[in-house]
Amino acid sequence: MKHTLSVVVEDRPGALTRITTMFARRGFNIESLAVGPTERPGVSCITLRVDCTQHSLEQIEKQIHKLVNVLRVTELVAGEAVERELLVVRVSAAPEKRAELVTTAEALGGRLLDVGPDAVVLELTGTPEELDAFHELCHPYGILDLVRTGRIGVPRSSSRRRAPRRLAAIN
Amino acid sequence: MTGGDAILRSLEAEGVDVMFGIPGGAIMPTYDAMARGTAVRHVLARHEQGAGHMAQGYARASGRVGVAIATSGPGATNLVTPIADAWMDSTPLVCITGQVRSSLIGTDAFQECDITGITMPIVKHSWLVQDARELGATLKAAFHVARSGRCGPVLVDIPRDVQEATVDFSYPAEVDLPGWRPPTKVHPLQVREAARVIATARKPVLYVGGGTLNGDACAELLRLAEAGSLPVVTTLMGKSAFPETHELHFGWPGMHGAKWSNLALNSCDVLVAIGARFDDRVTGKLSAFAPGATVVHLDIDPAEISKLRDADIPVVGPLRTAVAALADEVARHRAEHAPVPETWLAQLRAWREQYPLRYGTSEEWLKPQQVLQSLQRLTAGSDVIVTTGVGQHQMWAMQYVLSERPRSFITSGGLGTMGYGIPAAIGAKAARPEAKVVCVDGDGCFQMTAQELVTATLEDLPIVVVLVNNAHLGMVTQWQDMFFDGRRSHVHLTSQLPDYARLAEAYGGVGMVVTDEAQLDAALAEALELDRTVVVDCRVDPAEQVFPMIPAGAAALDMLEYSDAGENMEVRAL
Repeated sequence: MKHTLSVVVEDRPGALTRITTMFARRGFNIESLAVGPTERPGVSCITLRVDCTQHSLEQIEKQIHKLVNVLRVTELVAGEAVERELLVVRVSAAPEKRAELVTTAEALGGRLLDVGPDAVVLELTGTPEELDAFHELCHPYGILDLVRTGRIGVPRSSSRRRAPRRLAAIN
Repeated sequence: MTGGDAILRSLEAEGVDVMFGIPGGAIMPTYDAMARGTAVRHVLARHEQGAGHMAQGYARASGRVGVAIATSGPGATNLVTPIADAWMDSTPLVCITGQVRSSLIGTDAFQECDITGITMPIVKHSWLVQDARELGATLKAAFHVARSGRCGPVLVDIPRDVQEATVDFSYPAEVDLPGWRPPTKVHPLQVREAARVIATARKPVLYVGGGTLNGDACAELLRLAEAGSLPVVTTLMGKSAFPETHELHFGWPGMHGAKWSNLALNSCDVLVAIGARFDDRVTGKLSAFAPGATVVHLDIDPAEISKLRDADIPVVGPLRTAVAALADEVARHRAEHAPVPETWLAQLRAWREQYPLRYGTSEEWLKPQQVLQSLQRLTAGSDVIVTTGVGQHQMWAMQYVLSERPRSFITSGGLGTMGYGIPAAIGAKAARPEAKVVCVDGDGCFQMTAQELVTATLEDLPIVVVLVNNAHLGMVTQWQDMFFDGRRSHVHLTSQLPDYARLAEAYGGVGMVVTDEAQLDAALAEALELDRTVVVDCRVDPAEQVFPMIPAGAAALDMLEYSDAGENMEVRAL
């Protein structure tokens, strides 16, 4: 089963490496990874997507929690968190096909970023599932480059479980 | 003062009395500061691996943080084995390494290596100090992290220019580590629940690991065991946490543990793991380990709870507090007539009588077990610390040397580092000069770190090496004989080359050779009596195998036992 972990860390050299090393060392695979600053200076948030069992997830959380630079580990539980991801894609689009592609993309919330003689660059921000659908849509036109940022998220403000779920604290 | 001076003032402020190391280019400014004077004794090792294991031996014998110091590049990489060993065995260690100048980092400079990168999976934390003004706070944090929570190694990498920089030094009173919050309290409800289950168990066993020693909980453990009349088994790492001469001590679990101990674990209804981590060498086939038992797991490290075996009642926190609280609660239950498990204790005693450790004697050969039994006879009741290498001799030492005091048995359990014994013994002697320190070593292990004997003689840290010399890499030989159809592949070392006794003399010590049982007691007694570094080369039966044995991945009940005329002899004949 897939899980999203939000890891808040001190912004120190090697903080990210220590987390990814721990994953590699214990044989856990990272599916997506996004790193960026937070509202607090000197504090970054690392969002990881992992495919593992519940037992492995608990191990991961506890192992991450032991790292000295890690301030907090929270699982973003589906339905109780808002998750977003950004996709940027360069699609092959001859002039006669271009209008159709751009119209469809815009209908899905995509935006045109650049237009070239044979291709266009589009972006879409949305849930990972929306990005999957957008990806499919672009496919028949011929995708030249596609990158995704990896998902980021925060707990819903309406969520009943407002406190971060911290498996690290056993008792 | 310089950064080098600041490093030494920091060690002094931490109360460090000994550090172990070797100088080299990138750490020279700090060694220059040592030449100007420091209250910290420096023990000059002959190899950085030796320095690291000495620091480990010091830490394990004293309960304090061990300090090893080395230069950049090869000096630092030579510390990798001790760091990995300290990581696996949770030994508190601060390693200080020199690094090339800041301006040269990343340029593949002479003796440059990314030691913080190399060691990342095997340290609790590491720092590359980039500003001399951060030295005090960094070292303060390093010592704090090494010894708080679950103990372990940390590394502080310090570029040469940082050591040379001029700095106004002050050692901070507090550490500033917002992300480092190891458990400090124990949940009383968990303790109460654990005590109820333990006190009402019909067949309880305390399965005690090295965390009990690290957590300084040995007195509390004794109180718990006695309060509840609870039988204790100690793992290799937990050995010496509970007096092995005590009537409630029932041996050692695992691959080469005693049969009665493994039967106890296999049959118990409540298994109380105290600072133990269900290592594969203890459990064998995990699904068949202590089947059906309710598991109470006490540990400082929440990540150990349910890592391998699901805990029914986890108790996370400092073990000293946890075990003390548990002892009080169990005592209360016993006072309220929760019965002592008399039948169970009688059963364990019966198993111990029925299945003692056994080996065959021979006219032709001295047996390794006889060597360990002699050592036990001669040291019983005295203030002795035993260290070991890794292999057959280590297992015989576990089986035949009875540890009576906490921190008196020091061995490489998790990583299984051959060559650990001699330097660890030297470190232990530096920590406890009043104790007699004996390294039980194998001939294979001896040759991995023998150069440190000169450290022992020159630094006046005398140790006795009892060399169980079977002329082979004995444990590998045993496995080849048992599981590889007897095909011996590169395990023969020869018994007389090197000449161990003369080697001891070459290093400034005393050498002795024992070839039969008649010489044994007198030689060991003399070695223990001398206040010098001695190597007693005991030439033992190369065919001797360690029994009992639970083959890797097998269940406790699949144990192979010694038999004088049975199939094991046939295995040996192959």
